[in-house]
Amino acid sequence: MQENGIGASVRRKEDQRFLLGKGRYTDDINVEGQTYACFVRSPHAHAEIEGIDASAATAAPGVVAVLTGDDLAADGIGPLICGVTVTSDDGQPHRAPAHPALAQGKVNYVGDHVAIVIAESLTQARDAAELVEVNYRPLPAVASTADAANDGQQQIHEEAPNNICFNWPFGDKAANDEAFAGAHKVSSIDLVNNRMVTNPMEPRAALGEYNSGTEEITLHLTTQNPHVHRLVLAAFNQLAPEHKLRVVGPDVGGGFGAKIFIYAEELVVGWACRKVNRPVKWTADRTEAFLSDAHGRDHVTRAEMALDENGKFLAMRVLTTANLGAYLSTFATMVPSYLYAFLFAGQYTTPLIYSEVKAVFTNTSPVDASRGAGRPEATYLLERLVDVCAADMGLDPAEIRRRNFIPKDAFPYQTPVVQCYDSGDYEAALDQAMELADYAGFDARAEEARGRGKLRGIGLSSYVEACGIAPSAAVGQLGGGVGLWESAQVRFNPTGNVQVFTGTHSHGQGHETTFAQLVCDQLGVPFENIEVIHGDTAKTQFGMGTYGSRSLAVGGVAIAKACDKLIAKGKKIAAHAMEAAEGDIEFAGGNYTVAGTDKAMNIAEVAFNAYVPHNYPEGVEPGFDENAFFDPMNFSFPAGTHICEVEVDPATGEVEIVDYTAVDDFGKLVNPMIVEGQVHGGIVHGIGQALLEGCHYDKDGQLVTASYMDYAMPRADNAPEFKIDYAPTDPPHNPLGVKGCGEAGAIGAPPAIINAIANAIGAKHVEMPATPETVWRACQSAN
Amino acid sequence: MYEFSYHRPASVAEAAELIANAADGKLVAGGQTLLPTMKHRLASPSDVIDLGGIAELSGIVVNGNIVTIGAMTTHAEVAASSEVREAIPALAALAGNIGDPAVRNRGTLGGSIANNDPAADYPAAVIALGATVRTNRREIAGEDFFTGMFETALEEDEIVVAVDFPRPEAASYMKFENPASRYAIVGVFVARTAAGPRAAVTGATACAHRAFRIEESLQAGFGASALDGFEAPVDKMNSDIHASAEYRAHLVKVMAQRAVAACA
Ligand SMILES: Cc1cc2nc3c(=O)[nH]c(=O)nc-3n(C[C@H](O)[C@H](O)[C@H](O)COP(=O)(O)OP(=O)(O)OC[C@H]3O[C@@H](n4cnc5c(N)ncnc54)[C@H](O)[C@@H]3O)c2cc1C
Repeated sequence: MQENGIGASVRRKEDQRFLLGKGRYTDDINVEGQTYACFVRSPHAHAEIEGIDASAATAAPGVVAVLTGDDLAADGIGPLICGVTVTSDDGQPHRAPAHPALAQGKVNYVGDHVAIVIAESLTQARDAAELVEVNYRPLPAVASTADAANDGQQQIHEEAPNNICFNWPFGDKAANDEAFAGAHKVSSIDLVNNRMVTNPMEPRAALGEYNSGTEEITLHLTTQNPHVHRLVLAAFNQLAPEHKLRVVGPDVGGGFGAKIFIYAEELVVGWACRKVNRPVKWTADRTEAFLSDAHGRDHVTRAEMALDENGKFLAMRVLTTANLGAYLSTFATMVPSYLYAFLFAGQYTTPLIYSEVKAVFTNTSPVDASRGAGRPEATYLLERLVDVCAADMGLDPAEIRRRNFIPKDAFPYQTPVVQCYDSGDYEAALDQAMELADYAGFDARAEEARGRGKLRGIGLSSYVEACGIAPSAAVGQLGGGVGLWESAQVRFNPTGNVQVFTGTHSHGQGHETTFAQLVCDQLGVPFENIEVIHGDTAKTQFGMGTYGSRSLAVGGVAIAKACDKLIAKGKKIAAHAMEAAEGDIEFAGGNYTVAGTDKAMNIAEVAFNAYVPHNYPEGVEPGFDENAFFDPMNFSFPAGTHICEVEVDPATGEVEIVDYTAVDDFGKLVNPMIVEGQVHGGIVHGIGQALLEGCHYDKDGQLVTASYMDYAMPRADNAPEFKIDYAPTDPPHNPLGVKGCGEAGAIGAPPAIINAIANAIGAKHVEMPATPETVWRACQSAN
Repeated sequence: MYEFSYHRPASVAEAAELIANAADGKLVAGGQTLLPTMKHRLASPSDVIDLGGIAELSGIVVNGNIVTIGAMTTHAEVAASSEVREAIPALAALAGNIGDPAVRNRGTLGGSIANNDPAADYPAAVIALGATVRTNRREIAGEDFFTGMFETALEEDEIVVAVDFPRPEAASYMKFENPASRYAIVGVFVARTAAGPRAAVTGATACAHRAFRIEESLQAGFGASALDGFEAPVDKMNSDIHASAEYRAHLVKVMAQRAVAACA
């Protein structure tokens, strides 16, 4: 192992610039002649637009242009797209109503984009935006997920009768029904997976520049995937041909999914900068972020489990209504379908699983992937249901899990829901977590807490998720419009330092460090001589970006493959220089050696020879720079057990998380410190969902939690010291042996926390967010 | 934010003159409430008169049994003041738990009470401790100062100069925080004074108020159990997405009992 190589907790390279305030985010970038944009947004959840009078705004001081949906349509700029098809139960593709980037006669949620005002200063743009007169005819709004498809509901889109986007049955219903009919016991739960606003710290922003000389558009964006942005904006929105569009995702302050999508503001800014032939900048304020970022979750679910007399799961049934919001965001359809139902087996051998997902439109912000995307929703219902099963069967929650675990010798394990798990040892993680959490000593701690008037509870969650997104062929079969490989370029410079170009994008994950460690380990180049470059379509070859915990598991492997190619090419060059046969050359620790001799040559010297090929093998190209693409053969399946201990104050319903243990299987860890940070952040995200974050629309479709005064984000004092350990298994499909760790905490935590609260107060269920009042009320009815 | 003229007077008299002459003037103290409101374009004063340059508005003085705190004294200063911690520790603790460090380093006593947010902490202390609000024109009894939601007894252009807090025998403030804003969903301030028990409730209703029924219950004996039979009136309580009226009424009792217990 190299110092600073795989397995070392190297401090993050990128933190120097972040801690010195030298980060360069989209809003930090200012260009000559820049103008400022302000969007006119709908104050109504649902309304027809009878007219827009922009004359006063256009005449206001400093205004460059006021552009509306008519201008956009006249220029042939296409609507925003949704990239994944789900087939509805009538055999038709999901209903996909047009999603114009500026409203075409109708608005469908509060914050919907109506016009863009461009001015010399931001204040002038905002002043003028207030002068745009939009004549709305309000319509009744549909705000409730559960009621959206009810008979007689207000229709939102003509193309989607009953506000249904798709009805998606999955599994063998008849066999499932039969198993339920013959079961010893049926346990069930009704639950809501609360809508969340993803809330990356940096709000979304876009800076568009048009060069009339080259006819190129450059868009700086808050994006997790610049090439995907370029592809979609070019191919589907006709913004510019792909080779005339450059998308840059500079430093990005957190994404968590919300910056994957191609948003209206980005397209409109890109289009407007050419139209006014001036650079245009837009940065969301926090209210705009609440209103117009895609939200996450928002399911209403009934889940049932059929059990035999020993507590073995025989069959499971899940009925979900999923809210997709007013329009389909870029990957909206995939989240409550493939990323959700394919995880229903969890860690268990349940042989039959049947589900129905009804995806509905409402007059709310679009809903799409948010940290975990579908997998937190699946895990939450499953791990809550398993606890209900345990209670119904009189079994300890750990025991019922144990009885149903997929045994470690059963891998690869084909679940009944498409996924084939490649590796895992679920019992090992459970044992380790129980040990670390002192599960056995819980009763004594609960007794002690009772003496202080507190109700102490313990909750488990044993999750599995699918990461390393994704094998392209599988994506294609499922109706996805893209391949989900990743690419890399590893370039030696003549002086021996290395530039690594990755198609993934780091927006907080620390790729610049982790990927440098990979290269350091493989090529034996000193860590400080390696630079990782990402986020600019003009610099990096190609890429699909960062989400679904894919960057290391897919992007990292592409880097390793490019390094393999360099090592192989270097063997030829070294063999020639050392006058040995290529077959006798060995490579280790950065040095080429001739087997059985003391002849050696460092890879940096080889690189130099490749650029100054004076004495060079025939038929070998000069240069020391290799490209590689990697398409994974399977998803990766991180898994683990989380154990949460809470204390509830029955007088107020306040919940304190007093202990939290996470034992995860992420395969091999490249940088344990960074992994630990991801685990912490993920769990805190889960704490937010479980205890604090409730995104709330009133019945008229007004977002009443549109600021931090009303929307509760988790803070440091909401979290205890975490106890973290790992129970790794080796994924045979992944050449680096890695699985991905970015989402696990957000997936594992919510059910562990709610299970602990239910255990503490003796209730069957408590809805998220388990606010003090919710818990207080549950205490009242439990007594 | 809309455009405005900025002034920084050096005396209360100068400030009074500036505000009187402004078309639509606003005093700014710590700016923690006023500036966000302006940024959101919900307020558009023609003139902003900054009280930050007026030395006489700042500082803490103890004179016998009276603790006088200048209007421009920040929450952080009150929290850290050894005089306040000695004389009225509950008041220092209250100030030390307002918002976050940034808010405490800017936000002021005068700004807080002049603003009279229904969920603010200081109003409960001003009422329960029987404090007196001194302005550039007169003195106002603490319990008469808070008249309604964001409404006070201040006349147009009247400036809060200081608040006189009498030292109680014992006092305690219990706040049940809104998990998002960390303002009070319910806050109860209880004081044992030579003249008898005093209590005030904030967060629960449209405006902080003196809690006569809690005081009556405590006349019989200053202990938490004296409130066992107390019920706060549900129909007077605020109800919003953070807490229903019923829950707030319940919390008034729980916080009152805890505050009383903490006075012992
Ligand atoms: C994030 C955040 C969290 C907060 N949390 C809490 C909390 O937990 N508890 C709590 O109680 N408060 C809380 N606050 C409010 C804060 O404590 C300030 O007290 C409050 O904002 C007002 O004080 P200020 O000095 O900032 O006043 P400013 O914002 O400057 O002024 C507020 C109003 O008072 C008027 N005013 C100011 N000074 C005077 C004066 N001397 N005479 C007459 N009128 C005057 C102004 O004209 C204005 O109308 C919070 C604020 C923020 C931003």
